[in-house]
Amino acid sequence: MSADGQGTPHWFDDEAGPVVRPYAMTRGRTSSPGQHRLDLIALVVAERYAEDREADQALSPEHVDIVELCRQAPQSVAELAAELDLPVGVVRVLVGDLVEDELVHVRRPVPPAELPDESILRDVISGLRAL
Amino acid sequence: MIFGRTERGGPPVEPVTLKILVAGGFGAGKTTLVGAVSEIKPLRTEELLTEAGRPVDDTSGVEGKHTTTVAMDFGRITLREDLVLYLFGTPGQDRFWFLWDELATGALGAVVLADTRRLEDCFAAVDYFERRAIPFVVGVNCFDGAARHPVEDVRRALDLDSAVPVVLCDARARDSVKDVLIEVVRHAMAHAAERRHTVTG
Repeated sequence: MSADGQGTPHWFDDEAGPVVRPYAMTRGRTSSPGQHRLDLIALVVAERYAEDREADQALSPEHVDIVELCRQAPQSVAELAAELDLPVGVVRVLVGDLVEDELVHVRRPVPPAELPDESILRDVISGLRAL
Repeated sequence: MIFGRTERGGPPVEPVTLKILVAGGFGAGKTTLVGAVSEIKPLRTEELLTEAGRPVDDTSGVEGKHTTTVAMDFGRITLREDLVLYLFGTPGQDRFWFLWDELATGALGAVVLADTRRLEDCFAAVDYFERRAIPFVVGVNCFDGAARHPVEDVRRALDLDSAVPVVLCDARARDSVKDVLIEVVRHAMAHAAERRHTVTG
């Protein structure tokens, strides 16, 4: 495992992963304050006026990418991670920043045990049948 | 200006999102199953892990640790504009159990894909869902040339509770996978009804 300090020079291709360490994009943070861990299917929704507010905020390109995608349609955390090719943990931190800046809000999934009734599950079944 | 687009009419629809997990041994056909019904090509999301196991809150020392990437493939089915189902393939290696915990939290249910040539590969998944009382269905993936075993043999070999549905399926065939997923939702409903009954009764 350890490639550090071996003294042997290596060339790395894409398989070696990104040159920038992913958590550099979060300035080393692996969690954001005041946020529960976001579920992979939590939806990130752009605030309507994100466009106007974006100008005066210091956002990284990755933050901007997230807002852009969410402005097209609400995106799940998993989709954002896949789309932007970023680890889920990094996306969670970046989304936390955007929530704080009020550029997006997060809609947490309802755990099935807390669904008010069975009608949603019936809808899922009929939706699957109709595929 | 980066955001050049004009605002659309009303606020965007924020659909209800649900997830079903797809577990099973390596090569059992998890990604194939997801791909058979997903409206998008199965996407891959990755979680970076420090060797210690979980990402740590303390940022000092992070750079000194070796990281491992765990990939989870997933697909999406938009059932209605306001109702979206996600399917997540679970990471194969047992040492990523805590990632399973994260995936399993709030999951509607699960499919355990069984390959009868290597039935033992899905023991761990069956155990996992049983212990956490997550409703699951065993899908016996009938590959070409794979010896077909009666459903009852599979049930016995896996020592399944009689309430757990076992269905034969073809992970490549959309209709077959649809049926498996419908079975998962039905089973989840029965499971929920039973739980309500135990609580109130």
